[in-house]
Amino acid sequence: MSTNELTLTPSQSPGLVKSPLSISPSGSLGAVRRPVNTTGWREWLFTVDHKKIGIMYGCVAFVFFIVGGVEALFIRLQLALPDGRILSADKYNQMFTMHGTTMIFLFAMPMAAAFANYFLPLQIGARDVAFPRLNALSFWLFVSGGLILNASWFLGGAADGGWFMYAPNSGPVFSPSNGVDFWVLGLQIAGIASLIGSINLIVTVLNMRAPGMTLMKMPVFTWMILVVQFLLVFSLPVITVALVLLMFQRSYGATFFDVSQGADPLLWQHLFWIFGHPEVYVLILPGFGIISEVLPTFSRKPLFGYPFVVFSGASIGLVGFGVWAHHMFASGLGPVSVAVFSMATMAIAIPTGVKIFNWILTMWGGKIWYSVAMKFAIGLVVLFTIGGLSGVTHAVAPSDTQQTDTYYIVAHFHYVLVGGMMFGLFSGFYYWWPKVFGKMLNEKLGNWNFWLMLIGMNLTFGPMHILGLQGQPRRMYIWTEARAGEGFFNFGFWNLVSSIGSFVLAVGVLFFIINVIKTARNPERAPLDPWDARTLEWLTTSPPKVYNFDRIPVVHHLDEFFHRKYVEDETTHTMTQIATCEDLMRAEEAAADTGIHLPGPSYWPLLLAIGVAVLGMGVIYGTPIMVVGALVVLFSSFGWVLEPSVPEPIDFDSPSTDGHTKEIAPLG
Amino acid sequence: MADIATHDTDHATDHGHHSSTGLSNNKLAMWLFLGSECLLFGGLISTYMLYRGRVQNGPHPSQIYDVPFTSVSSFVLLMSSLTMVLAVSSAQRKDDSKTNLWLLITGLLGATFVGGQVYEFTTFYREGLGFTTSLFSSSFYSLTGFHGVHVSVGVIMLLSLRGIIKKGKITGDKAEVVELIGLYWHFVDIVWIIIFTLVYLIPS
Repeated sequence: MSTNELTLTPSQSPGLVKSPLSISPSGSLGAVRRPVNTTGWREWLFTVDHKKIGIMYGCVAFVFFIVGGVEALFIRLQLALPDGRILSADKYNQMFTMHGTTMIFLFAMPMAAAFANYFLPLQIGARDVAFPRLNALSFWLFVSGGLILNASWFLGGAADGGWFMYAPNSGPVFSPSNGVDFWVLGLQIAGIASLIGSINLIVTVLNMRAPGMTLMKMPVFTWMILVVQFLLVFSLPVITVALVLLMFQRSYGATFFDVSQGADPLLWQHLFWIFGHPEVYVLILPGFGIISEVLPTFSRKPLFGYPFVVFSGASIGLVGFGVWAHHMFASGLGPVSVAVFSMATMAIAIPTGVKIFNWILTMWGGKIWYSVAMKFAIGLVVLFTIGGLSGVTHAVAPSDTQQTDTYYIVAHFHYVLVGGMMFGLFSGFYYWWPKVFGKMLNEKLGNWNFWLMLIGMNLTFGPMHILGLQGQPRRMYIWTEARAGEGFFNFGFWNLVSSIGSFVLAVGVLFFIINVIKTARNPERAPLDPWDARTLEWLTTSPPKVYNFDRIPVVHHLDEFFHRKYVEDETTHTMTQIATCEDLMRAEEAAADTGIHLPGPSYWPLLLAIGVAVLGMGVIYGTPIMVVGALVVLFSSFGWVLEPSVPEPIDFDSPSTDGHTKEIAPLG
Repeated sequence: MADIATHDTDHATDHGHHSSTGLSNNKLAMWLFLGSECLLFGGLISTYMLYRGRVQNGPHPSQIYDVPFTSVSSFVLLMSSLTMVLAVSSAQRKDDSKTNLWLLITGLLGATFVGGQVYEFTTFYREGLGFTTSLFSSSFYSLTGFHGVHVSVGVIMLLSLRGIIKKGKITGDKAEVVELIGLYWHFVDIVWIIIFTLVYLIPS
């Protein structure tokens, strides 16, 4: 049972909302009055509603997606023609560093967090996450971290050491600008955000599932998000150590990466990749989860081999902790380590392959509906397979030493991240848009969006395989005609193709933005269940009510929502529809719970996040600022602890006379 | 962070809901947080183990450690785990005055440990071991300093909790709040046992 909502009959409610102790009005409020009845922008700023937080995550992540995309276009413009003059060597370094950092930490992870926040409670039949205020804190810390990272552009130049930021290259001697300091602080803060978010979501999944929903009746998306959160809980502290060591070295003169003192240059690499490789699965598994919802829905079949998909996802996560050194094959680890990590890396291909076969067999024999969401999902299966296969070639250590630091690597990880993660997210946009906003994205514009992205993506990253095998190094800011080579393997030709492709990809994304704007202006409402979907998030209105469900559903099946609409014939195994979504909703509304109490909005998450950001800036700009930040953190922590998470009656302007609290949400 | 994790206590437990795991949300979150902390200290300890013999300037570990002194302060910290257990047990028996007493003693023992660490750091610094002196010194101060900060945060939580209980401002299950801080406190102690063994007792 969920612990987060309190369902009462009206006669019980006066007694239960009172706290056990008699608290004077000023006493329950903490330091300042609680923003319970907010409207307008305040409603968003102080919200603890997982749906609003999810939408905010999505919007901010999309802004950073545009930023990271523009950075990528600069890179491709610079390399399109010989002797590129768009960027200096220094600006180029900053550009690719921030492109990688932004896309991974400020787009992919928060966009997955957006989906997780919005849909995870809905999929498990809960009214909110376990810790609504911590959820808001995660979001605001992510925003602080992202702003600090990008503020470096205007405060003396961005970080320029690559997204992996290898020390000692990122130390004070070789990277004297403040860029790396902003990077280190921004990522630490974004890391705390992810850590809090992951603990929150794990507790939500483990503790708050609707009655009857066993772990093996959970939707695959929820499962994959759960695996991802475990990866984050155990990998983020490791990069935090690396970031702290680097910060101590850069800001306080510690010696960790000072080779003249005898420091080991591999220390950073190990710490970074112990985080960095699980991180790869942190990025891809949400995409896998999304298409594991989309493929069955649009194939009109249950997911083929549900337990295999779940357990292979979990084993990808588990083995993902034991393969980090394949990023370091060229660093001279010694033959035993290389052999072990090589084998472990190849082993990961097995569960991944299992998943791909499961998706294909889900579609096999289904009545496939080629909606845009489905096209993106199929796109993921195809493109991720290509990226996965080139990944196996990296697992073979002798071949990897040839590929290390060439564009072949760039080709590989863009196939898995753009083709895999990003196509998964776009599939999710089209699939869940009607649920979140109550309106359907336009399918015609969506087709333009899909095909341009598909073509652009292959034009951009396909040629990089050739460039890489020809030996074009990564992070090369300029190339000359004289050394471009001849015929089919001419660098110049393929670089130009790749650059043109990146603009096709960008136009594809532009169609998505146009689609969003057009959809927002279109007054037409989406049907309740436009895709004939399978999971619980569709058992409510679109957009969902503030309290999610009229009553907490009792779960009997995997794909509970589908089984409420259809019954299976015992002998022929055909499914017959017995109810529509509208019928089900009428029944739910008729039997709605009354007196649902929701956690109240709060100032503290936002204030605490601001305090942490100021504290971080103090590392760069001096101790006085740090002290101010620390005081804000301390003040808001105490305010937070003293504020009950569900508002007391006295928090409202006029406590109603009959003893009921004013509901934040209207009763169902 | 840990003090933040305790905030929802009143909400999560006082209405008698059952969770799927049988653990309350707060306790599960605390366990996950501590699991994550294991990796944090794991990284710092690994760094120290890698660098403890690398001394180009300044004193070598064996020249500087005062094992008897640190043993005494370690003993003080371990005893605080005992008093923490007594605080939790009093809280479960709903004995507010005893709970407050044991929380105070635990906090004071923790503060004594932190005081000992400050004294130790000062002495080491006078003997020529600055934060930036060598790889050994940077990793030593980072590891033990991180632990010291954890103890200090624990002391702040213990003493604030005492104040909050005294003012009667805990609306939920008091015993669980005490227990959550206890979990954190025991974790910090266990980490110290590992640090003390690896850093002070095993010669480099």
